[in-house]
Amino acid sequence: MAERYSSFTPGGTGWLLQRVTAAFLVVTLAFHFFLLHFVNHAYEITFAGTQMRMENIGYLITMVLFLWAAAFHGVNGVYNALVNQGLSGTPKRIVLAILSLAGLALVAQGTYVALVMNGMI
Amino acid sequence: MSESYNRGLIEDFGRWREFAPGMWAWILHKFTGWILIGYLFTHIAVLSNALGAAGNEAKIAAGEDIYTTTLQGLEGLFLIRVLEVGLLAVAVFHILNGVRLLMIDLGIGLEAQDKSFYISLIVTAAITVASVPTFMTGVGA
Repeated sequence: MAERYSSFTPGGTGWLLQRVTAAFLVVTLAFHFFLLHFVNHAYEITFAGTQMRMENIGYLITMVLFLWAAAFHGVNGVYNALVNQGLSGTPKRIVLAILSLAGLALVAQGTYVALVMNGMI
Repeated sequence: MSESYNRGLIEDFGRWREFAPGMWAWILHKFTGWILIGYLFTHIAVLSNALGAAGNEAKIAAGEDIYTTTLQGLEGLFLIRVLEVGLLAVAVFHILNGVRLLMIDLGIGLEAQDKSFYISLIVTAAITVASVPTFMTGVGA
């Protein structure tokens, strides 16, 4: 086969980060679902239990990185979907600004909540 | 020599009529992605109840803090359990099809991209159906 189909040719940072976060999220999302629905059941969740899990520094870091990766991957995914739909010019810049702000607010709020659960704040 | 040409909208939803596994994989990946990011905003909003619960040790010990009562109240609703099964299906498909896309990006298994889409669907269905009893445990009890 003479043709090379791989798209891992020099691309944008956003494109690459979308793939890097995807690989990370495959593992963390599966872990999150497994831990909170099959090991611990969602209907049995208590603040005390959440606090106990979040006090483990490795778990806290994993959850915060999971949030950051998911927020970037999701917001960047929505933005690129809209760009591929034909979004351009000023509307494109406005949408980028709104999505960036929404993503940053999500990350800030989520990180704050995680630190409160851990007891650091 | 490179030529530029107008290939129209890259993402033209009208193309769904021309059945092709790759097209359906693309539509479902987009659809599940929108649901997942929408859910993430809701999820963080609900978990923000932790801010009101933290610090009140007596209520936390008794399981009567706002975080515990809100989550357990939601989990007591049949509709929430059904939506959770739906969310699992959405997440599993997005993960499996995402792995498929990463493989395609790396140039692995491109000639089997239709088969890997069908496998993603079958495995998603199997995991979802097998998870129903776990997700429905104790609902309304």
